[in-house]
Amino acid sequence: MESRIVSICRRYADDRTRLMDILLEVQRELRGIEPAAMELIARQLGITRVEVEGVVSFYAFFSRRTKGEIIIRVCDDIIDRHAGGREIAKVFVEELGLAIGTTSADGRFSLEITPFLGMSDQAPSAMVNETILTRLTVQKVRLVCARLREGTEPRDLVVHTGDGNNSHPLIRAEVNNNIRLAGEVLLCPVPANAGLRSALQRRPQELLAELEESGLTGRGGAGFPTGKKWRAAADTAATRRFIICNADEGEPGTFKDRVLLTERADLMIEGMTIAAYTVGSDAGIIYLRGEYSYLRPYLESVLQARREHGVLGKNIGGKQGFDFDIRIQLGAGAYICGEESALISSCEGLRGEPKNRPPFPVESGYLGFPTVVDNVETYCCAARIMEQGGAWFGSFGTDRSSGTKLFSVSGDCARPGVYELPFGITVRDLLDRVDAPDAAAVQVGGPSGEMINMSQFERRLCLEDLPTGGSVMVFSQRRNILEIVDHFLEFFVEESCGYCTPCRVGNVFLKKRIEKVRKGLCELEDLAYLKELGKTIAVTSRCGLGHTSPNPVLSTIRNFPLVYAVLLKEHGDGVQASFDIQAALEESRRLAKRRSMIYDPNYDEA
Amino acid sequence: MNKPFKFEIDGIEIEAQRGQSIMQAADEAGVYIPRLCDTEGLEPQGSCRVCVVKQNGRAVSACTQPAIEGAKVENETEEILGYRRDLVRMLYHEGNHLCPICEASGRCELQAMGYRLGITQATKYPYLQPARPVDASHPDIVLDTNRCILCGRCIRASRDIDKKHVFEYVGRGINKRVGVNGNKLAETDVKLNDRAIDLATCPVGCIIQKGRGFFAPIGERQFDKKPITLGVGPGKNRGKS
Repeated sequence: MESRIVSICRRYADDRTRLMDILLEVQRELRGIEPAAMELIARQLGITRVEVEGVVSFYAFFSRRTKGEIIIRVCDDIIDRHAGGREIAKVFVEELGLAIGTTSADGRFSLEITPFLGMSDQAPSAMVNETILTRLTVQKVRLVCARLREGTEPRDLVVHTGDGNNSHPLIRAEVNNNIRLAGEVLLCPVPANAGLRSALQRRPQELLAELEESGLTGRGGAGFPTGKKWRAAADTAATRRFIICNADEGEPGTFKDRVLLTERADLMIEGMTIAAYTVGSDAGIIYLRGEYSYLRPYLESVLQARREHGVLGKNIGGKQGFDFDIRIQLGAGAYICGEESALISSCEGLRGEPKNRPPFPVESGYLGFPTVVDNVETYCCAARIMEQGGAWFGSFGTDRSSGTKLFSVSGDCARPGVYELPFGITVRDLLDRVDAPDAAAVQVGGPSGEMINMSQFERRLCLEDLPTGGSVMVFSQRRNILEIVDHFLEFFVEESCGYCTPCRVGNVFLKKRIEKVRKGLCELEDLAYLKELGKTIAVTSRCGLGHTSPNPVLSTIRNFPLVYAVLLKEHGDGVQASFDIQAALEESRRLAKRRSMIYDPNYDEA
Repeated sequence: MNKPFKFEIDGIEIEAQRGQSIMQAADEAGVYIPRLCDTEGLEPQGSCRVCVVKQNGRAVSACTQPAIEGAKVENETEEILGYRRDLVRMLYHEGNHLCPICEASGRCELQAMGYRLGITQATKYPYLQPARPVDASHPDIVLDTNRCILCGRCIRASRDIDKKHVFEYVGRGINKRVGVNGNKLAETDVKLNDRAIDLATCPVGCIIQKGRGFFAPIGERQFDKKPITLGVGPGKNRGKS
């Protein structure tokens, strides 16, 4: 073990900032990072063991105990759950004779639940080591387990590969793109490197002006003006600057970056290269979520091909002195790392916790240097803008929300998938396209967004009205709104980094109270409790996760008041609704071996 | 560039230097902003959120937010006090804080903050009642993380002042806790005279020094005479009674 760990650390020059990569390799080679391994890594990097443990214990894909040779992670987002994900997990449990969260005695298998794989358009899904399985059925799971038991390698479980590059020899995934509507900016055919060529003929200042004219805003959801961000990074005096691509789409219900990474990787890297030229950067990072690690070999090959074609590396596009190269940083299962400063922490080999701002990443980001962090889709848009012009891009969308947007639609609709539409279309328009006549509620922007009711379907998808990074989840009348709310809160409790008090503790309290509401154990005052607690969390939290985590509760109280009203009780007899007399009596009944004359409603029948 | 400037806290004019946080400027002006994770001599981290204030209407942590010229800062408004009560209650309910049997009672900043904010009754939140094992392996120190409020003062003191990095956060979310550099405290190189172990460092009864429990009688404990405020609060005059 010692020599393997030492050689892994050496490969990264014993660099403490590359701890993520070191841990990913140790985890893969040794199937776990036990205390002895942490000790060795710490010694090699010149840090303490508890620092290593701090990072190991932060990410879901690292474990302090040895895992099975094959790790099965069943996706448990709400769409997968509605598609039968729970039953799928149960079949895995039966077939492997393994409880969720455990490893088999022979060390062959580990079975786990994971919050979101980015496959809700082809749910239910699971991840077997790095292989993604989609559209799972009971029969398919039985077959998968049988083959795994026979010794089939996970990657050989894929029989039918998906469309487009999903069938590329370096991807070979049974994932489908599900591109339902290609718009005029991103999913239409795009010329190779036209934006980069055009950009390299102009001065960076002109490119900033072009970008500002386009009105491009960040596609991850927050909607910050991209031109302003790039300008701030360019204007900060520094010896180095970094360009980071946020490919960590973890917001449940979002999967449009998966499609861009599969089909528009060149365009995305082109956009990063333009950003590098514009702000003056020589190095970039693609932060790829661990769930999408199946795309990594392909993305590496795209980077390599670009180097060979002179559009990445030294003297790019023949421009003397313009050097820029990119490395891929794999994540390890942490939703919070989609937050730009947490993502930077993770790239630096730290716990994926957001940083205090100010300073903002454009002033002091990765390793303290000015850093531009943008979403996959944003870089793709930037490349198209340099090719076609800011005015062209601004001709799509609304005043404040320029361009087209990729929407990932899933849930109760006939045509789930990716739709490229101009910003500003109504929810109803989108519902018509996805064929969702039964839609009763739509969750816009993922769990951190807003749940709207039928009377609000005329609202528009744009920053001015309903902002979204892309996630649109459709729910029919058959769905239980509070089950969805409860599930979203479970997600935030699981994914809170725990740095600040309100998000770490407050979300647990929100979830506990919603559980009580669902059981019919709450009164009218509990509504005030939920609103007040939600407000404290939203106002006092340190980052976007906590600012938005109460949204499932607050938006459903606003938009679905009746759902709460039917469950909240008034108790005229002075007994608290939360007090369950029957449950309280259960133990004494059991001990006394008889029923209660007063409180047992069916006493006479006995 | 380095000319001092002015801003307001609850209508009181405060002078600040460029680069100062709201908290630093307020401290120098003698205006108290409640805090738990921040203490003198350590880098502020803005995690407890008790120092939340509104700067020009935006909620920020005073310990990490730079003061802005001409800004209006709300500190002791009803709204902010409400948030602070909620935050302090959350900390109470997250851990096991049984003041009558706690060695830190009377010099505990969480308890003092509870009094200052008027929290004297059982509160509305559920108790999470953690049951983590107490680490009494070290000859001089006991670590009871059930009483920890995750302020990270021991982590920063050990890392930045003692240069040992004995403590660090492990886990995430509600399972986040303070871990030690080894399987137990006795395996680490922590010493009783480390800054991390100083009575002024741990604001609660999580880090306890063996052999000197309940050293101040009731009535003479740190916060018995004066409520927590500037100079009686974090980092100042603590642990000397």
